[in-house]
Amino acid sequence: MDALLHQILAGLATGGIYASVALALVMIYQATHLVNFAQGEMAMFSTYIAWTLINAGMPYWGAFFLTVAFSFVFGVVIERVVIRPVENSPVLAVVVVFIALLFILNSIIGWIYTYTIKPFPSPFPEQPFFGNKLMSSHEMGAIGVTLVVLLLLYAFFRFTPLGLAMRAAAQNPESSRLVGIRVGWMLALGWGLAAAIGSVAGMMVAPIVFLDPNMMGGVLLYAFAAALVGGIDSPGGAVFGGFLVGVLENVLGAFVIGNELKLAVALVLIIGVLTVRPSGFFGKVHVTRV
Amino acid sequence: MKRLSLIGYGVLLLVACVLPFLVSEYRTFQFTLVLVYSIALLGLNILTGYNGQISLGHGAFYAIGAYVAAVLMDKAGFPYWATIPVAGAVCLLAGFLFGLPALRLEGLYLALATFALGVSLPQLLKYHHFEGWTGGVQGVVITKPDAPEFLAVLGLPLNQDQWLYFFTLAITVVMFLLAWNLLRGRLGRAMMAIRDNHVAAEAMGVNNAMVKSLTFGVSAMFTGVAGALGAIAIQFVAPDSFNIFVSLTFLIGIVIGGLASIPGAIYGALFIQFVPNIADEFSKAAPWAIFGLFLIGFTYLMPLGIAGAIRLGLARLTGKEHNSQPGKP
Repeated sequence: MDALLHQILAGLATGGIYASVALALVMIYQATHLVNFAQGEMAMFSTYIAWTLINAGMPYWGAFFLTVAFSFVFGVVIERVVIRPVENSPVLAVVVVFIALLFILNSIIGWIYTYTIKPFPSPFPEQPFFGNKLMSSHEMGAIGVTLVVLLLLYAFFRFTPLGLAMRAAAQNPESSRLVGIRVGWMLALGWGLAAAIGSVAGMMVAPIVFLDPNMMGGVLLYAFAAALVGGIDSPGGAVFGGFLVGVLENVLGAFVIGNELKLAVALVLIIGVLTVRPSGFFGKVHVTRV
Repeated sequence: MKRLSLIGYGVLLLVACVLPFLVSEYRTFQFTLVLVYSIALLGLNILTGYNGQISLGHGAFYAIGAYVAAVLMDKAGFPYWATIPVAGAVCLLAGFLFGLPALRLEGLYLALATFALGVSLPQLLKYHHFEGWTGGVQGVVITKPDAPEFLAVLGLPLNQDQWLYFFTLAITVVMFLLAWNLLRGRLGRAMMAIRDNHVAAEAMGVNNAMVKSLTFGVSAMFTGVAGALGAIAIQFVAPDSFNIFVSLTFLIGIVIGGLASIPGAIYGALFIQFVPNIADEFSKAAPWAIFGLFLIGFTYLMPLGIAGAIRLGLARLTGKEHNSQPGKP
């Protein structure tokens, strides 16, 4: 029983990270109806920035917030420079640009930092909080950070005029433009936010999977699964999906199919959700007119 | 124009036949891989270029083809040439079955599902219950085929690399003819009709579901044949050589070579085989950076790839109006 409980809690911890990446995916999907295949690589890029700052002697939280700020700007720049020219192109062109971005980020990091695996510090103490034996303090901390990010996002979209403008631009670009919202910049802001959330996820997952240029490959796949399970256009759904996928992955991996086939869980979830219920648990059902 | 392109293909074939006698053994091996990739790219192009279904996981079918060939040779004692049709058949079935659920997915979602397939495949290949066949993480080593003896008797002694090259070349020619015939026939037209307007295609009596699944199957078959040939050429299969980057490399190949173009597969194959070699001299990471830059550049400036640029150039040169030909994606 203890083992099961332990797996569920560990699943919640990784689930929090999947939830963050899924949230980043949903942010971009809502704004542009695109699924960003380079999201994992963007997060990895930010994590390396954080690593550099920490190694240069910066205190952890200083590096953390500086990285988040940098990632935000980085996301905005990518949208403005790389994505904007293909905004109205066929899906294939956009997917190709995402893949190109993935390649470029991956190889820039590989070029500068080499492909050797590096340890990444955790901001949380070694010994578990409150003397419990079920979760490490990093796992609890990661869940906490995810929840804080969620709360901030919710507050931003619910209570600020800018958040409202962004929601409007995502929902109805034409009318938003008519009332004076600069839709193009709202999309860029969406990318910036997604990159910032992704960087938090990257910094939270790096102490677990260690730092290397391909560290986000598996995480991205689980995040896709999480976003789809929750409904790709629903932020709350993405978070729910993230925790669900994390727990499923850990429990199934430990007791049913073994660690070797963990990624197959994501594959089955993705294909299963897409064929059986493409809108996920909380997504809107789309009806297209012929 | 028709005669001109026939002559062009004739010259190309001639050059391909002379090539292994002019270059080193290692280059011959590289050109064998170019042929292998061109078949794989042709397969992906049938699906993505002609039918408009995006696959980011075609490396999976390449891997299945490779593993079928390796396991048949290693465990069942098949001669190498007999594994090719089996690999093709297995992939046809696998592709068709994967195509059935994929039917309901469009564009981005299909890309997502196939991406998931590509990422999770190495884990499936390592799965320990299959280890008896697949060799687990270690993979399978296969022996390189010798040239048949009657060639030496005829006074044409070929070394192993040259023989493998000609063997691959023969299959490549067959596959290209097959694709050419398929694409200008009933099924090919149905594929393009679905790509351009699936509602209109349905209204004209095209069975969308059937054609899309079948296209997936045929496409996987081509890629699987390429995988089998690739395994024989490299003499080794292992799970980690079939990671997601294989699938993405195929996508690069068709985008650079030219979407919905048969010769585009050859240009793309040359690109993905030789450009990394050149770039490798700068850094281990350089090939991917260059691939990325080329991808972005082509998407912005030359969306029809090298084949499209050549077609346009020829049309300018001959002064003929660039007529809207059926291969426009």
